Amino acid sequence: MNKSSLIGTIPTGTIYGVVLNDRRTQERLCDEFDQPPYKSPPVAPVMYIKTSNTVVGDGAAVRIPQEPGVVRIDATVGAVIGQSATAIKAEDALDHVAGYVIVSDVTLPHENYYRPVVPLRCRDGFCPISTVMAAPEFDPATSSLAVLADGQLVFQGDFSHFVRDLPQLMQDVTEFMTLNPGDVLMLGLLEGAPIVGKTASIHIEVDGLGVLRHSVEIESGVTA
Amino acid sequence: MKHARVMYEGQVHDAVAEDNGALRLADGRLLGEQDVRWLPPFEVGTIFTLGLNYADHIKELDFKKAPENPLVFLKGPNALVGHRERTRRPADVKYMHYECELAVVIGKECRNVKRDQAYEYVRGYTVANDYAIRDYLENYYRPNMRVKGRDACTPIGPWLVDAEDVPDPMDLAIRTWINGELKQDGSTRDMVCDVAGLIEYLSSFMTLSPGDVLLTGTPKGVADCRAGDVVVTEVEQIGRLENTIYTD
Repeated sequence: MNKSSLIGTIPTGTIYGVVLNDRRTQERLCDEFDQPPYKSPPVAPVMYIKTSNTVVGDGAAVRIPQEPGVVRIDATVGAVIGQSATAIKAEDALDHVAGYVIVSDVTLPHENYYRPVVPLRCRDGFCPISTVMAAPEFDPATSSLAVLADGQLVFQGDFSHFVRDLPQLMQDVTEFMTLNPGDVLMLGLLEGAPIVGKTASIHIEVDGLGVLRHSVEIESGVTA
Repeated sequence: MKHARVMYEGQVHDAVAEDNGALRLADGRLLGEQDVRWLPPFEVGTIFTLGLNYADHIKELDFKKAPENPLVFLKGPNALVGHRERTRRPADVKYMHYECELAVVIGKECRNVKRDQAYEYVRGYTVANDYAIRDYLENYYRPNMRVKGRDACTPIGPWLVDAEDVPDPMDLAIRTWINGELKQDGSTRDMVCDVAGLIEYLSSFMTLSPGDVLLTGTPKGVADCRAGDVVVTEVEQIGRLENTIYTD
């Protein structure tokens, strides 16, 4: 796979996410982090995976269960890996990046960070994702992100509050695991992400990249 | 049948393991176990791993009881490595232990499957060794990726045994040897949430696809593995998976 063959496609590798990379989330929870079950603040990047059943493209209808009938839209940007990255240095990180995607990391709302939350984040269709954009000028430090629900602004944020910027994140992740071409490493989830119910149109706009759209619908019929 | 995937002469080959341990390549050639490099024995989709799924292992780790719902975590494909390969133990680590596990490979797409039908969706079984480096454990999304998602930290293999050849996966001995000494000796009878229950649980909230694999947890008897140790993890009726620990 060469880097340019990824552009314009939906990434088919593994989609990795990082929680607690927003300094403001850590500050909000710092008292909790000193208590059980956490006992001390996180050291290594706290990672999870959006499984392949979650991946859908621009314009998808995301179906959510009747209970709770709402989801949190953890909208963010993902770096798409173009060149295999193992034990890389931060200063070389961007050489391994082929481009970027806008990601709507949909989850049933929760505030637990102790155990993995696979049943909350990995439901079918819970990861609308844009096609890969080359965007060589894109700089998370100066970009911003907005979420609109049926035309109303429900969230505005930027990427300037991250504990680890993308190069540092890639250095610390690849210290123990390889990121392969086609993989996505999300930059981090933003403090204050919006909670929505049934919504005809969610727009996620990222300055310098574009727009990702999807709807939120309530599953009909008896839930399992 | 026992299906293997191996590297030989620079190519990936599908193969079938014969009863005497010989490997028959798809092109008809017959090879020995040591003639090839072994790969994970199937094309891997999502890798689900279960924590705390054996009551005695729960006690061994000083937890009080089984979690209410199965404790499921995920790892990326970089973690898998085949039979007769090596896994790294960083030089400064104090405690790295094996975890012999029955691995269940999904054969058919499933959603909202009830336990009575669960086995219809199983393609076959293999052995996994879900090594853990306890030094790196943190209480965030635990067990965290730095412990369980490391490159080549999860040997899997040697082959995939067809589901029809294992009528009862819930009555299989689980054993681990370090350098020929038996260290772990348990049974899948002691799983907290059994294979059918795991398929029902996972398919209740997401679709499972062919190639998805469930590493179903390990019984008590985990022990430290040091550089140079040859670790053999065996599941009765499935196979013996060999791995060697090395350090920097």
